[in-house]
Amino acid sequence: MSHKLLTGQPVSRIEGQQKVTGAARYAGDYHVPELLYGYVVNSTITKGKILEIDTEQIKAIKGVIEVFTHKNRPSLAWFDLQYADMDAPPGSPFRPLQNADIKYNGQPIALVVAETFEIARYAASIMAVRYEEQHFFTDLESNKGKARDPKKGLATFLKPLPAKPKGDFGKAFHNAAAQVSAEFIHAAEHHNPIELFATTTVYEEDGKLTIYDKTQGTINCQLYVGNVFGLHYKNVRVISPYVGGAFGSGLRPQYQLFMSVMAALQLKRSVRVTLDRQQMFTFGHRPPTIQQTRFAADSQGKVTALGHEAVAETSQHEDYTEVVVNWSNMLYPAPHTSFDYKLVPLDVFSPLDMRAPGGVTGMHAIESSMDQLAYQLKIDPLALRLINYTDFDVTADRPYSSKELRECYVQGAEKFGWSKRTPEPRSMRRGHKLVGYGMATGIWEAMQVLARVEAVMTAEGKLEVSSAITDIGTGTLTVMTQIAADELGLALEDVTFCYGESQMPFAPVQGGSFTVSTVGAAVKAAGKALRKKLLKKAGNMPGSPLKSVSEKEVVFERGGIILKSNQNVIVYFKDIVAAEKKKVIKTTNTGVPNVFKLKNYTRAAHSAAFVEVEVDEELGTIQVTRAITAVAAGNIINPKTARSQILGGMVWGISKALFEETISDHRFGKYMNQNLAEYHIPVHADIHELDVIFVEEKDDIVNELGSKGIGEIGLVAMPPAIANAIYHATGKRFNQLPIHFDQLL
Amino acid sequence: MNNFNYTRAGNIQEAMSLVSQNSDAGFLAGGTNMVDLLKYNLVHPELLVDINHIPEHRGILETEDGGVQLGAFATNAETAYHPLIETRYPLLSRAILAGASAQIRNMATNGGNLLQRTRCYYFYDPNTPCNKRKPGSGCSAIGGYNRIMAILGASEDCIAVFPSDMCVALSALDAVVRIDGVDGTRSLPFAEFHRLPGNNPERDNNLQPGEIITSIDLPEKGFEKNYSYLKLRDRSSYAFALVSVATGLDLEGDVIKEARIALGGVAHKPWRIKDAEDFLAGKSPSAENFAAAAKIILNGAVGYGHNNFKIDLAKRAVVRNCLMALNPESQQPGAHPSI
Ligand SMILES: Cc1cc2nc3c(=O)[nH]c(=O)nc-3n(C[C@H](O)[C@H](O)[C@H](O)COP(=O)(O)OP(=O)(O)OC[C@H]3O[C@@H](n4cnc5c(N)ncnc54)[C@H](O)[C@@H]3O)c2cc1C
Ligand code: SF4
Repeated sequence: MSHKLLTGQPVSRIEGQQKVTGAARYAGDYHVPELLYGYVVNSTITKGKILEIDTEQIKAIKGVIEVFTHKNRPSLAWFDLQYADMDAPPGSPFRPLQNADIKYNGQPIALVVAETFEIARYAASIMAVRYEEQHFFTDLESNKGKARDPKKGLATFLKPLPAKPKGDFGKAFHNAAAQVSAEFIHAAEHHNPIELFATTTVYEEDGKLTIYDKTQGTINCQLYVGNVFGLHYKNVRVISPYVGGAFGSGLRPQYQLFMSVMAALQLKRSVRVTLDRQQMFTFGHRPPTIQQTRFAADSQGKVTALGHEAVAETSQHEDYTEVVVNWSNMLYPAPHTSFDYKLVPLDVFSPLDMRAPGGVTGMHAIESSMDQLAYQLKIDPLALRLINYTDFDVTADRPYSSKELRECYVQGAEKFGWSKRTPEPRSMRRGHKLVGYGMATGIWEAMQVLARVEAVMTAEGKLEVSSAITDIGTGTLTVMTQIAADELGLALEDVTFCYGESQMPFAPVQGGSFTVSTVGAAVKAAGKALRKKLLKKAGNMPGSPLKSVSEKEVVFERGGIILKSNQNVIVYFKDIVAAEKKKVIKTTNTGVPNVFKLKNYTRAAHSAAFVEVEVDEELGTIQVTRAITAVAAGNIINPKTARSQILGGMVWGISKALFEETISDHRFGKYMNQNLAEYHIPVHADIHELDVIFVEEKDDIVNELGSKGIGEIGLVAMPPAIANAIYHATGKRFNQLPIHFDQLL
Repeated sequence: MNNFNYTRAGNIQEAMSLVSQNSDAGFLAGGTNMVDLLKYNLVHPELLVDINHIPEHRGILETEDGGVQLGAFATNAETAYHPLIETRYPLLSRAILAGASAQIRNMATNGGNLLQRTRCYYFYDPNTPCNKRKPGSGCSAIGGYNRIMAILGASEDCIAVFPSDMCVALSALDAVVRIDGVDGTRSLPFAEFHRLPGNNPERDNNLQPGEIITSIDLPEKGFEKNYSYLKLRDRSSYAFALVSVATGLDLEGDVIKEARIALGGVAHKPWRIKDAEDFLAGKSPSAENFAAAAKIILNGAVGYGHNNFKIDLAKRAVVRNCLMALNPESQQPGAHPSI
């Protein structure tokens, strides 16, 4: 029996049972003897100075061990660079407990360490702090005038700034047959994964640290801890066991890590710091943005001019940027363009990548503007996209490595029943409700960076593969096991993928939908090297039937190497290892993107979302009754986990369009709905029929696996598709998200 | 949350005497609100007396005068799914099931539901002024984010709303609250139980310290033929009402004999206007008449900015819900709009 490829199969999550039965342990679940508990005190003012913190009163409480503030913290690294993690934007990274200055509301100002979590939390709640308050600015709208260009830095490499203007935008826009211009407003959003942020720092007997941390990057945190606390990297082991969702919030080391490590080092004890739901609102968020689009087309529907400007919030200390305005010209090859992206520094914490950062923001404006153009031109919205279809990326002057977006449009429209749509707004009804159909396009760049993987053949003939990468719930463990198993023709059970530890071979942070291509490529590289090694060693075995046989003449299957010309000849992996008289045979390799090949192509995943809404016009209520997303993302390694990613993205899209926002009160400079009762995400009853189509897309260029990331592509097209469907249903355009039902009254 | 003592009371007498002897003591029922208040550092009791193990006042029982008595310690779920409630007071059942989540309803008690605190964001944030939390400190919701706030019966000191769904139905049904105190028992008609904020917003209701609710009594009339509960909110479940309406209609042919209409999410207490109900008596159950009644109910409503939409929405909701009451089968789980 020959090996049936595991990649491409809908394999269930390997760790699924552990997660649903509660056996899976997360960063805050690790217990060690005599563990201490830390609770963070956060600033109640937005800007100013701490005049006095009364720590004596709470140190007197029984069970309180120590209180750390800016006054008694250990001396730490001096330079910004030492605080800059892999995902740090240009600027000066925030340093917890640096000095008496308060830069934003909710800033951590002290850590109370006690024998129990409850004592620490109680003591923290009564700590008296005197502040001197200063005037602050937190509102983007009223500070728009302060917008300026973002600083450039390392981050601009992965997040390019907008392209220079092309052609004569002003004239082209003015003279066009059809023009639309609109403003789009987005509120802040907080990631709010269900698992809260926690770090358990185990102070080992030899003074080394084993750190269980909720993070999307074990090595990122290891380097940060090493740099900030002046520790040798090899004495800092960061483990990210299971991650209960992160969505970008774990891309940077968060302050609970700092606090937990600081306390452990100072007290020479193991310390756990857990943040609560309200504290989830004190670091990192999707920034509020205000966007302006000006799109124009000729009478045939060819888009001639694209103008897109965005103003986004950042903090006073870092220039967080995202790619908001670069997408329209990648999809629609207009000759005249004008793009701009500016930042307004405010007295808030630095924004932080949140699922499809920038893309979901920009695509909402772009695809809503395209919809408006379609109505103006009286062209079907889908037809308008096809009129402007391109396989060539004019922004980079090169073709796409593959682009089956047309198939997404065709198959999505077919399955959805787009042809049943009557073009006029308010023309479709079901009972007393208005029905609307809307569609939108999605795009997300397919990236690959560097990673290393170790592959080990054990004495039992089993394969162990390891990488420092995390699994943030996306299915990384399962997918990597599939890829590795195929490399050596093994069954899933015979392969173990070890991950989530900083001491394992290098992996970047897990984000941007680049994990499968990055780590997958490294798994393949290690698999290839291991095959070669095994064959060579097999050939060297005394009396080997594989002597001087080349890799072309054999297959790796059934736990061994088989001669193609005589399938009865098999040398088992375990016998090869045994003959070596070593315990194992291993290799470590790097997955390297083929830069020379890649630079000639733009690589991106695409999608088309089709949405049906029902609106009860008299009361304003909106339901997304049906949605289909068709995705072109190259080779789909695991259709089951991939479908889950897309479904999750679609639900988030519904959330962003209709529910989700962090509410600020700018008089206090703070967020007001800091809990999951008031920070609304959809409930089951809000989610109706959802469907996913993966269209076939062959791509030999993008990477060795031919696969593109799918973490974000399910999200980007949904908010505009929903807004467009609401317009079709009601004849009313809403460009501010989320769209609350009362706006429809 | 501070350290506190915890005691289980074996009977009402014990519970009351423990709490009335100690000004820093409180009752713990389902805890779905109380535990949040502790965690937000809004209450700092020295003693919590658990009343979940008191054997009495747990049932849903028929009374001698033809009504039904809801034990204060029965859970919201037990009440909503009780056959007597489902058949005789389906309006109440619907209203309860439109609130919170299944898990919370399994814990929450009937007594506790009447006493839950407002959801005003500022009330839960000890670092902002709030007259309800700290009398005299000011009201942050006025001039702040007030989408969820009141449009009726508010004062300069507080514009919070009482968030319960169950109580909207209880108000429409003319329930009576039975109370035990160290000085004996007393009853309050539902309309007199909750208060408007006036200049004492720190007081949500007329229960005295140390008093305990033992039951909520429903009179015989249950409007089981023509009733409806409609709840409008920012998502389909697990969100508080921005506007909700409970309607019970007693019809004789094509004429309304008696109408009950109570609104939730609009004031510091369930909002009922007798004039509107009287207006409907003797009239036909038409959209026009319901609209005229809605206008009477919303008379004097004022918005505070973000919540201006509630005025118009409430009128529309009253009309829709009265029409839904004519066709109760059309109602959907979760009290979403139908027909
Ligand atoms: C996330 C969330 C969402 C919710 N959504 C809704 C909703 O949509 N609609 C809705 O109606 N409700 C909603 N609720 C509120 C819920 O219904 C109330 O919290 C619950 O009814 C309170 O009952 P309890 O038994 O848990 O009270 P507890 O929390 O135990 O007590 C509340 C207060 O009442 C006092 N008390 C309790 N019983 C008595 C008694 N018999 N006599 C005297 N004092 C007493 C307690 O001392 C305490 O002060 C929600 C709650 C949460 C947490
Ligand atoms: S509305 Fe009432 S509860 Fe809210 S802040 Fe004002 S006083 Fe406090």
